[in-house]
Amino acid sequence: MHLPLDSNDLAAIWLTLELASLTTLVLLLLGTPLAWWLAHTRSRLKGPISAVIALPLVLPPTVLGFYLLVALGPNGPIGALTEQLGLGTLAFSFSGLVIGSVCYSLPFVVQPIQNAFEAIGRRPLEVAATLGASPLDRFFTVALPLARPGIITASVLGFAHTLGEFGVVLMIGGNIPEQTRVVSVQIFNHVEAMDYASAHWLSGGVLICSFLILLLLNRRGHWRVMPGSGQ
Amino acid sequence: MRLPLLVATLTCLCLSPAVLAEDVQVAVAANFTAPMQDIAQAFEQDTGHRVVAAFGSTGQLYAQISHGAPFEVFLAADDTTPARIERDGLAVSGSRFTYATGALALWSADARLISDGEQLLRSGDFQHLAIANPKTAPYGLAATQVMQALSLTDALTPKLVEGQSIGQTYQFVASGNAALGFVALSQVSRDGEITSGSAWQVPAALYEPIHQDAVLLSKGANNAAATALLDYLRGERAAAIISRYGYGH
Repeated sequence: MHLPLDSNDLAAIWLTLELASLTTLVLLLLGTPLAWWLAHTRSRLKGPISAVIALPLVLPPTVLGFYLLVALGPNGPIGALTEQLGLGTLAFSFSGLVIGSVCYSLPFVVQPIQNAFEAIGRRPLEVAATLGASPLDRFFTVALPLARPGIITASVLGFAHTLGEFGVVLMIGGNIPEQTRVVSVQIFNHVEAMDYASAHWLSGGVLICSFLILLLLNRRGHWRVMPGSGQ
Repeated sequence: MRLPLLVATLTCLCLSPAVLAEDVQVAVAANFTAPMQDIAQAFEQDTGHRVVAAFGSTGQLYAQISHGAPFEVFLAADDTTPARIERDGLAVSGSRFTYATGALALWSADARLISDGEQLLRSGDFQHLAIANPKTAPYGLAATQVMQALSLTDALTPKLVEGQSIGQTYQFVASGNAALGFVALSQVSRDGEITSGSAWQVPAALYEPIHQDAVLLSKGANNAAATALLDYLRGERAAAIISRYGYGH
Protein backbone atom coordinates (compact mmCIF):
# COMPACT_ATOMS: atom_id res chain seq x y z
CA MET A 1 0.00 0.00 0.00
CA HIS A 2 1.45 3.35 -0.95
CA LEU A 3 1.39 6.28 1.40
CA PRO A 4 -1.80 8.20 0.73
CA LEU A 5 -0.04 11.52 1.28
CA ASP A 6 1.91 13.02 -1.60
CA SER A 7 4.97 15.25 -1.36
CA ASN A 8 2.81 18.39 -1.25
CA ASP A 9 0.98 17.06 1.79
CA LEU A 10 4.24 16.18 3.53
CA ALA A 11 5.64 19.62 2.74
CA ALA A 12 2.49 21.16 4.22
CA ILE A 13 2.83 19.09 7.40
CA TRP A 14 6.48 20.04 7.81
CA LEU A 15 5.71 23.70 7.17
CA THR A 16 2.91 23.66 9.73
CA LEU A 17 5.19 22.18 12.39
CA GLU A 18 7.86 24.76 11.59
CA LEU A 19 5.33 27.58 11.77
CA ALA A 20 3.85 26.39 15.06
CA SER A 21 7.29 25.88 16.67
CA LEU A 22 8.69 29.22 15.60
CA THR A 23 5.49 31.02 16.55
CA THR A 24 5.52 29.42 20.00
CA LEU A 25 9.13 30.43 20.51
CA VAL A 26 8.48 34.04 19.51
CA LEU A 27 5.37 34.10 21.68
CA LEU A 28 7.25 32.87 24.73
CA LEU A 29 9.93 35.53 24.25
CA LEU A 30 7.37 38.29 23.76
CA GLY A 31 4.62 36.95 25.95
CA THR A 32 6.57 36.24 29.15
CA PRO A 33 7.70 39.83 29.81
CA LEU A 34 4.29 41.07 28.74
CA ALA A 35 2.58 38.66 31.14
CA TRP A 36 4.97 39.71 33.90
CA TRP A 37 4.14 43.35 33.35
CA LEU A 38 0.39 42.65 33.25
CA ALA A 39 0.62 40.60 36.46
CA HIS A 40 2.36 43.35 38.42
CA THR A 41 1.41 46.68 36.94
CA ARG A 42 -1.03 49.11 38.49
CA SER A 43 -1.02 51.18 35.31
CA ARG A 44 -4.26 52.44 33.85
CA LEU A 45 -3.17 50.89 30.58
CA LYS A 46 -3.53 47.38 32.01
CA GLY A 47 -7.22 47.13 31.09
CA PRO A 48 -6.95 48.32 27.50
CA ILE A 49 -3.81 46.27 26.83
CA SER A 50 -5.36 43.10 28.27
CA ALA A 51 -8.37 43.69 26.05
CA VAL A 52 -6.19 44.13 22.95
CA ILE A 53 -4.33 40.91 23.74
CA ALA A 54 -7.61 39.03 24.18
CA LEU A 55 -9.08 40.34 20.90
CA PRO A 56 -8.04 37.33 18.76
CA LEU A 57 -10.22 35.16 21.02
CA VAL A 58 -13.35 36.86 19.79
CA LEU A 59 -12.44 38.43 16.44
CA PRO A 60 -13.18 36.44 13.30
CA PRO A 61 -9.87 35.43 11.69
CA THR A 62 -11.05 37.22 8.57
CA VAL A 63 -10.91 40.56 10.40
CA LEU A 64 -7.37 39.87 11.55
CA GLY A 65 -6.42 38.56 8.11
CA PHE A 66 -7.91 41.53 6.33
CA TYR A 67 -6.16 44.09 8.53
CA LEU A 68 -2.90 42.17 8.26
CA LEU A 69 -3.22 42.12 4.46
CA VAL A 70 -3.72 45.89 4.46
CA ALA A 71 -0.99 46.53 7.06
CA LEU A 72 1.58 44.30 5.34
CA GLY A 73 0.90 45.81 1.89
CA PRO A 74 3.21 48.50 0.49
CA ASN A 75 0.75 51.21 1.58
CA GLY A 76 0.28 49.81 5.10
CA PRO A 77 2.40 50.77 8.13
CA ILE A 78 4.21 47.42 8.44
CA GLY A 79 4.66 47.07 4.67
CA ALA A 80 6.10 50.58 4.38
CA LEU A 81 8.55 49.82 7.18
CA THR A 82 9.70 46.46 5.78
CA GLU A 83 10.12 47.98 2.31
CA GLN A 84 12.29 50.75 3.74
CA LEU A 85 14.37 48.15 5.54
CA GLY A 86 14.83 46.42 2.18
CA LEU A 87 12.87 43.32 3.20
CA GLY A 88 10.12 43.80 0.62
CA THR A 89 6.55 43.16 1.68
CA LEU A 90 5.80 40.22 3.95
CA ALA A 91 2.43 38.98 2.68
CA PHE A 92 2.71 35.61 0.92
CA SER A 93 5.86 34.76 2.88
CA PHE A 94 6.67 32.52 5.81
CA SER A 95 7.71 35.55 7.88
CA GLY A 96 4.33 37.10 7.19
CA LEU A 97 2.63 33.96 8.48
CA VAL A 98 4.74 34.03 11.64
CA ILE A 99 3.64 37.63 12.29
CA GLY A 100 0.03 36.67 11.65
CA SER A 101 0.24 33.60 13.90
CA VAL A 102 1.88 35.55 16.72
CA CYS A 103 -1.04 38.01 16.72
CA TYR A 104 -3.55 35.19 16.39
CA SER A 105 -2.20 33.00 19.21
CA LEU A 106 -1.05 35.78 21.57
CA PRO A 107 -3.83 35.42 24.20
CA PHE A 108 -3.30 31.66 24.37
CA VAL A 109 0.25 32.26 25.57
CA VAL A 110 0.05 35.50 27.55
CA GLN A 111 -2.98 34.65 29.66
CA PRO A 112 -1.80 31.33 31.18
CA ILE A 113 1.60 32.85 32.01
CA GLN A 114 -0.03 35.94 33.50
CA ASN A 115 -2.27 33.72 35.62
CA ALA A 116 0.75 31.78 36.82
CA PHE A 117 2.64 34.95 37.78
CA GLU A 118 -0.40 36.31 39.59
CA ALA A 119 -0.84 33.03 41.49
CA ILE A 120 2.72 33.27 42.84
CA GLY A 121 1.88 36.55 44.51
CA ARG A 122 4.35 39.06 45.90
CA ARG A 123 5.45 37.13 48.97
CA PRO A 124 8.09 34.75 47.48
CA LEU A 125 9.59 37.65 45.56
CA GLU A 126 9.72 39.85 48.65
CA VAL A 127 11.37 37.07 50.60
CA ALA A 128 13.93 36.67 47.83
CA ALA A 129 14.50 40.41 47.85
CA THR A 130 15.18 40.45 51.60
CA LEU A 131 17.74 37.68 51.01
CA GLY A 132 19.46 40.06 48.62
CA ALA A 133 18.30 38.78 45.21
CA SER A 134 18.35 41.39 42.45
CA PRO A 135 15.17 41.93 40.41
CA LEU A 136 16.58 39.90 37.51
CA ASP A 137 17.62 37.15 39.92
CA ARG A 138 14.16 37.10 41.42
CA PHE A 139 12.58 36.83 37.97
CA PHE A 140 14.81 34.02 36.72
CA THR A 141 15.35 31.97 39.87
CA VAL A 142 12.05 32.46 41.70
CA ALA A 143 9.25 33.61 39.40
CA LEU A 144 10.05 31.59 36.28
CA PRO A 145 10.47 28.20 38.04
CA LEU A 146 7.30 28.76 40.05
CA ALA A 147 5.41 29.71 36.88
CA ARG A 148 6.65 26.65 35.01
CA PRO A 149 3.28 24.87 34.78
CA GLY A 150 1.68 28.01 33.34
CA ILE A 151 4.51 28.40 30.85
CA ILE A 152 4.13 24.80 29.72
CA THR A 153 0.37 25.23 29.32
CA ALA A 154 1.01 28.42 27.35
CA SER A 155 3.51 26.72 25.02
CA VAL A 156 1.22 23.79 24.33
CA LEU A 157 -1.82 25.97 23.73
CA GLY A 158 0.12 28.39 21.53
CA PHE A 159 1.52 25.50 19.51
CA ALA A 160 -1.82 23.72 19.15
CA HIS A 161 -3.73 26.88 18.30
CA THR A 162 -1.22 27.74 15.56
CA LEU A 163 -1.53 24.21 14.13
CA GLY A 164 -5.21 24.86 13.63
CA GLU A 165 -4.84 28.30 12.12
CA PHE A 166 -6.72 28.71 8.87
CA GLY A 167 -8.54 31.97 8.25
CA VAL A 168 -5.56 34.27 8.69
CA VAL A 169 -3.30 32.09 6.54
CA LEU A 170 -5.92 31.91 3.83
CA MET A 171 -6.19 35.68 3.74
CA ILE A 172 -2.49 36.56 3.72
CA GLY A 173 -0.82 33.33 2.53
CA GLY A 174 -1.44 33.00 -1.19
CA ASN A 175 -1.28 29.17 -1.13
CA ILE A 176 2.43 28.91 -2.00
CA PRO A 177 3.95 25.42 -1.62
CA GLU A 178 6.66 25.22 1.08
CA GLN A 179 6.08 28.89 1.97
CA THR A 180 2.53 29.44 3.10
CA ARG A 181 0.59 26.29 2.25
CA VAL A 182 -0.01 24.86 5.71
CA VAL A 183 -2.01 21.72 6.49
CA SER A 184 -5.33 23.49 7.07
CA VAL A 185 -5.06 25.22 3.69
CA GLN A 186 -4.01 21.98 2.01
CA ILE A 187 -7.10 20.27 3.45
CA PHE A 188 -9.22 23.10 2.09
CA ASN A 189 -7.55 22.64 -1.34
CA HIS A 190 -8.30 18.91 -1.31
CA VAL A 191 -11.93 19.48 -0.39
CA GLU A 192 -12.27 22.17 -3.05
CA ALA A 193 -10.80 19.88 -5.67
CA MET A 194 -13.10 17.10 -4.41
CA ASP A 195 -10.16 14.88 -3.45
CA TYR A 196 -11.89 13.67 -0.31
CA ALA A 197 -9.52 10.74 0.29
CA SER A 198 -6.52 13.03 0.81
CA ALA A 199 -8.67 15.43 2.80
CA HIS A 200 -9.62 12.56 5.12
CA TRP A 201 -6.03 11.50 5.74
CA LEU A 202 -4.85 14.99 6.58
CA SER A 203 -7.94 15.90 8.59
CA GLY A 204 -7.73 12.66 10.56
CA GLY A 205 -4.09 13.39 11.30
CA VAL A 206 -4.86 16.87 12.59
CA LEU A 207 -7.74 15.53 14.67
CA ILE A 208 -5.66 12.84 16.35
CA CYS A 209 -2.70 15.16 16.86
CA SER A 210 -4.89 17.85 18.47
CA PHE A 211 -6.58 15.29 20.67
CA LEU A 212 -3.27 13.91 21.89
CA ILE A 213 -1.94 17.37 22.68
CA LEU A 214 -5.02 18.20 24.75
CA LEU A 215 -4.92 14.81 26.44
CA LEU A 216 -1.31 15.42 27.40
CA LEU A 217 -2.22 18.81 28.79
CA ASN A 218 -5.10 17.34 30.73
CA ARG A 219 -2.93 14.58 32.19
CA ARG A 220 -0.53 17.12 33.50
CA GLY A 221 -3.42 18.69 35.35
CA HIS A 222 -2.97 22.17 33.97
CA TRP A 223 -5.96 22.02 31.73
CA ARG A 224 -7.93 25.19 31.22
CA VAL A 225 -10.83 25.23 28.82
CA MET A 226 -10.05 28.78 27.83
CA PRO A 227 -6.95 30.66 28.83
CA GLY A 228 -7.76 32.96 31.67
CA SER A 229 -10.78 31.06 32.89
CA GLY A 230 -9.05 29.19 35.68
CA GLN A 231 -7.25 31.44 38.08
CA MET B 1 -54.73 61.85 6.19
CA ARG B 2 -52.61 58.88 7.10
CA LEU B 3 -55.27 56.21 6.85
CA PRO B 4 -56.11 56.72 3.15
CA LEU B 5 -52.39 56.60 2.38
CA LEU B 6 -52.04 53.34 4.24
CA VAL B 7 -55.06 51.86 2.46
CA ALA B 8 -53.69 52.99 -0.89
CA THR B 9 -50.30 51.48 -0.15
CA LEU B 10 -51.81 48.20 0.95
CA THR B 11 -54.01 48.09 -2.16
CA CYS B 12 -51.02 48.72 -4.37
CA LEU B 13 -49.08 46.00 -2.59
CA CYS B 14 -51.94 43.55 -3.03
CA LEU B 15 -52.35 44.31 -6.71
CA SER B 16 -48.67 44.38 -7.52
CA PRO B 17 -46.86 41.23 -8.62
CA ALA B 18 -45.26 41.22 -5.19
CA VAL B 19 -48.12 39.03 -4.06
CA LEU B 20 -46.78 36.30 -6.27
CA ALA B 21 -43.22 37.17 -5.42
CA GLU B 22 -40.88 34.47 -4.30
CA ASP B 23 -37.27 34.31 -3.21
CA VAL B 24 -34.70 32.70 -5.44
CA GLN B 25 -31.43 31.40 -4.02
CA VAL B 26 -28.63 31.90 -6.51
CA ALA B 27 -25.05 30.64 -6.40
CA VAL B 28 -22.91 33.08 -8.38
CA ALA B 29 -19.29 32.80 -9.52
CA ALA B 30 -17.20 35.49 -7.82
CA ASN B 31 -16.24 37.24 -11.07
CA PHE B 32 -19.92 37.99 -11.74
CA THR B 33 -20.50 39.63 -8.33
CA ALA B 34 -20.85 43.24 -9.48
CA PRO B 35 -23.02 42.64 -12.57
CA MET B 36 -25.19 40.21 -10.60
CA GLN B 37 -25.89 42.86 -7.98
CA ASP B 38 -27.07 45.24 -10.73
CA ILE B 39 -29.08 42.54 -12.47
CA ALA B 40 -30.68 41.46 -9.19
CA GLN B 41 -31.75 45.02 -8.51
CA ALA B 42 -33.27 45.42 -11.98
CA PHE B 43 -34.89 41.99 -11.74
CA GLU B 44 -36.42 42.79 -8.37
CA GLN B 45 -37.79 46.08 -9.70
CA ASP B 46 -39.22 44.47 -12.82
CA THR B 47 -40.68 41.28 -11.37
CA GLY B 48 -41.08 41.77 -7.62
CA HIS B 49 -39.21 38.55 -6.94
CA ARG B 50 -36.28 38.69 -4.56
CA VAL B 51 -32.78 37.43 -5.28
CA VAL B 52 -30.68 35.91 -2.49
CA ALA B 53 -27.19 35.52 -3.91
CA ALA B 54 -24.12 33.71 -2.60
CA PHE B 55 -20.75 34.36 -4.23
CA GLY B 56 -17.73 32.06 -4.37
CA SER B 57 -15.40 30.20 -6.68
CA THR B 58 -17.11 27.86 -9.10
CA GLY B 59 -15.44 24.82 -7.53
CA GLN B 60 -16.47 25.92 -4.05
CA LEU B 61 -20.07 26.41 -5.12
CA TYR B 62 -20.08 23.09 -6.96
CA ALA B 63 -18.97 21.30 -3.78
CA GLN B 64 -21.75 23.05 -1.85
CA ILE B 65 -24.41 22.21 -4.44
CA SER B 66 -23.37 18.56 -4.63
CA HIS B 67 -23.71 18.41 -0.83
CA GLY B 68 -27.26 19.65 -0.80
CA ALA B 69 -26.87 23.43 -0.52
CA PRO B 70 -30.27 25.06 -1.01
CA PHE B 71 -29.40 26.88 -4.26
CA GLU B 72 -31.96 27.02 -7.05
CA VAL B 73 -29.97 28.70 -9.81
CA PHE B 74 -26.24 28.42 -10.49
CA LEU B 75 -24.29 30.99 -12.48
CA ALA B 76 -20.90 29.36 -12.99
CA ALA B 77 -17.70 30.81 -14.37
CA ASP B 78 -17.32 27.99 -16.89
CA ASP B 79 -19.41 25.60 -18.94
CA THR B 80 -18.00 22.30 -17.65
CA THR B 81 -19.24 22.62 -14.07
CA PRO B 82 -22.91 23.18 -14.97
CA ALA B 83 -22.65 20.26 -17.42
CA ARG B 84 -21.26 18.09 -14.64
CA ILE B 85 -24.04 19.15 -12.29
CA GLU B 86 -26.57 18.17 -14.93
CA ARG B 87 -24.86 14.78 -15.34
CA ASP B 88 -24.98 14.35 -11.56
CA GLY B 89 -28.75 14.73 -11.80
CA LEU B 90 -28.75 17.91 -9.70
CA ALA B 91 -30.03 20.22 -12.43
CA VAL B 92 -33.01 20.39 -14.76
CA SER B 93 -31.78 18.94 -18.04
CA GLY B 94 -31.88 21.27 -21.01
CA SER B 95 -31.87 24.39 -18.82
CA ARG B 96 -28.20 25.24 -19.44
CA PHE B 97 -27.20 28.27 -21.48
CA THR B 98 -24.27 30.67 -21.75
CA TYR B 99 -25.18 33.91 -20.02
CA ALA B 100 -21.84 35.65 -20.48
CA THR B 101 -18.45 35.13 -22.07
CA GLY B 102 -15.67 36.21 -19.76
CA ALA B 103 -12.52 38.12 -20.59
CA LEU B 104 -9.24 37.96 -18.72
CA ALA B 105 -7.21 41.02 -17.76
CA LEU B 106 -3.75 41.49 -16.31
CA TRP B 107 -4.29 44.21 -13.75
CA SER B 108 -2.26 46.33 -11.35
CA ALA B 109 -3.46 48.83 -8.75
CA ASP B 110 -0.54 51.02 -9.86
CA ALA B 111 -1.74 53.22 -12.73
CA ARG B 112 1.74 53.37 -14.29
CA LEU B 113 2.82 49.75 -14.05
CA ILE B 114 1.19 48.11 -17.04
CA SER B 115 1.69 49.68 -20.44
CA ASP B 116 2.62 46.54 -22.37
CA GLY B 117 1.34 43.58 -20.37
CA GLU B 118 3.12 40.87 -22.33
CA GLN B 119 6.42 42.75 -22.14
CA LEU B 120 6.00 43.17 -18.39
CA LEU B 121 5.30 39.45 -17.91
CA ARG B 122 8.41 38.59 -19.94
CA SER B 123 10.58 41.03 -17.99
CA GLY B 124 9.60 39.35 -14.70
CA ASP B 125 10.20 42.68 -13.02
CA PHE B 126 7.82 42.21 -10.10
CA GLN B 127 7.73 40.23 -6.85
CA HIS B 128 4.32 38.55 -6.96
CA LEU B 129 1.83 37.66 -9.68
CA ALA B 130 -1.63 36.80 -8.33
CA ILE B 131 -3.88 34.25 -10.02
CA ALA B 132 -7.01 32.45 -8.89
CA ASN B 133 -6.63 28.78 -7.87
CA PRO B 134 -6.60 27.06 -11.29
CA LYS B 135 -8.12 23.88 -9.84
CA THR B 136 -11.31 25.59 -8.73
CA ALA B 137 -11.57 28.93 -10.53
CA PRO B 138 -11.91 29.07 -14.33
CA TYR B 139 -10.18 32.46 -14.55
CA GLY B 140 -7.24 30.87 -12.75
CA LEU B 141 -7.18 28.09 -15.33
CA ALA B 142 -7.30 30.69 -18.13
CA ALA B 143 -4.37 32.50 -16.49
CA THR B 144 -2.27 29.31 -16.57
CA GLN B 145 -3.18 28.86 -20.25
CA VAL B 146 -1.93 32.38 -20.99
CA MET B 147 1.39 31.70 -19.25
CA GLN B 148 1.70 28.45 -21.21
CA ALA B 149 0.91 30.16 -24.50
CA LEU B 150 3.62 32.72 -23.79
CA SER B 151 6.03 29.94 -22.67
CA LEU B 152 6.42 31.71 -19.34
CA THR B 153 5.12 28.99 -17.00
CA ASP B 154 8.53 28.04 -15.62
CA ALA B 155 9.69 31.61 -15.29
CA LEU B 156 6.55 32.83 -13.52
CA THR B 157 5.71 29.86 -11.26
CA PRO B 158 8.00 31.02 -8.40
CA LYS B 159 6.22 34.39 -8.38
CA LEU B 160 2.69 33.03 -8.27
CA VAL B 161 0.35 33.62 -5.36
CA GLU B 162 -3.07 32.02 -5.44
CA GLY B 163 -6.37 33.47 -4.37
CA GLN B 164 -9.12 31.01 -3.55
CA SER B 165 -11.46 32.79 -5.94
CA ILE B 166 -11.09 35.58 -8.45
CA GLY B 167 -12.48 37.88 -5.74
CA GLN B 168 -9.57 37.13 -3.42
CA THR B 169 -7.12 37.45 -6.30
CA TYR B 170 -8.44 40.96 -6.94
CA GLN B 171 -8.01 41.74 -3.23
CA PHE B 172 -4.33 40.65 -3.29
CA VAL B 173 -3.65 43.07 -6.15
CA ALA B 174 -5.89 45.88 -4.89
CA SER B 175 -4.08 45.91 -1.52
CA GLY B 176 -0.74 46.14 -3.34
CA ASN B 177 0.58 42.90 -1.83
CA ALA B 178 0.87 41.49 -5.34
CA ALA B 179 2.12 43.98 -7.92
CA LEU B 180 -0.14 42.51 -10.57
CA GLY B 181 -2.52 39.67 -11.19
CA PHE B 182 -4.83 37.97 -13.65
CA VAL B 183 -8.40 39.01 -12.84
CA ALA B 184 -11.70 39.11 -14.67
CA LEU B 185 -12.02 42.13 -16.94
CA SER B 186 -15.44 42.66 -15.37
CA GLN B 187 -13.82 43.39 -12.01
CA VAL B 188 -11.74 46.28 -13.30
CA SER B 189 -13.70 47.81 -16.17
CA ARG B 190 -16.94 49.65 -16.63
CA ASP B 191 -18.30 50.74 -20.04
CA GLY B 192 -15.04 49.84 -21.76
CA GLU B 193 -12.86 51.89 -19.39
CA ILE B 194 -10.45 50.60 -16.77
CA THR B 195 -11.84 51.90 -13.49
CA SER B 196 -8.58 52.12 -11.52
CA GLY B 197 -4.92 51.22 -11.82
CA SER B 198 -3.66 49.90 -15.14
CA ALA B 199 -4.60 46.80 -17.09
CA TRP B 200 -3.87 44.75 -20.17
CA GLN B 201 -6.80 42.97 -21.74
CA VAL B 202 -5.31 39.58 -22.57
CA PRO B 203 -5.81 38.66 -26.26
CA ALA B 204 -8.54 36.03 -26.53
CA ALA B 205 -6.25 33.81 -28.62
CA LEU B 206 -4.04 33.11 -25.57
CA TYR B 207 -6.69 31.19 -23.60
CA GLU B 208 -9.71 29.06 -24.20
CA PRO B 209 -12.93 31.07 -24.25
CA ILE B 210 -14.51 31.39 -20.82
CA HIS B 211 -18.13 30.48 -21.51
CA GLN B 212 -20.01 31.13 -18.32
CA ASP B 213 -23.07 28.92 -18.14
CA ALA B 214 -26.18 29.19 -16.03
CA VAL B 215 -28.28 26.23 -15.02
CA LEU B 216 -31.57 25.67 -13.23
CA LEU B 217 -30.89 23.40 -10.27
CA SER B 218 -33.35 20.67 -9.30
CA LYS B 219 -34.24 22.52 -6.09
CA GLY B 220 -35.48 25.46 -8.16
CA ALA B 221 -37.45 23.43 -10.71
CA ASN B 222 -40.78 24.46 -9.20
CA ASN B 223 -39.86 28.00 -8.19
CA ALA B 224 -41.35 30.60 -10.52
CA ALA B 225 -38.73 33.13 -9.42
CA ALA B 226 -35.91 30.80 -10.47
CA THR B 227 -37.21 30.34 -14.03
CA ALA B 228 -38.05 34.04 -14.19
CA LEU B 229 -34.46 34.92 -13.27
CA LEU B 230 -33.04 32.65 -15.96
CA ASP B 231 -35.39 34.21 -18.54
CA TYR B 232 -34.41 37.63 -17.29
CA LEU B 233 -30.70 36.85 -17.76
CA ARG B 234 -31.42 36.24 -21.44
CA GLY B 235 -33.34 39.49 -21.76
CA GLU B 236 -32.24 42.88 -23.04
CA ARG B 237 -31.90 44.68 -19.75
CA ALA B 238 -29.57 42.03 -18.34
CA ALA B 239 -27.64 41.91 -21.61
CA ALA B 240 -26.99 45.64 -21.37
CA ILE B 241 -25.69 45.29 -17.80
CA ILE B 242 -23.56 42.27 -18.72
CA SER B 243 -21.84 44.05 -21.62
CA ARG B 244 -21.28 47.19 -19.52
CA TYR B 245 -19.03 45.02 -17.35
CA GLY B 246 -16.95 43.88 -20.29
CA TYR B 247 -18.42 40.46 -20.96
CA GLY B 248 -19.42 39.12 -24.33
CA HIS B 249 -23.00 37.94 -24.44
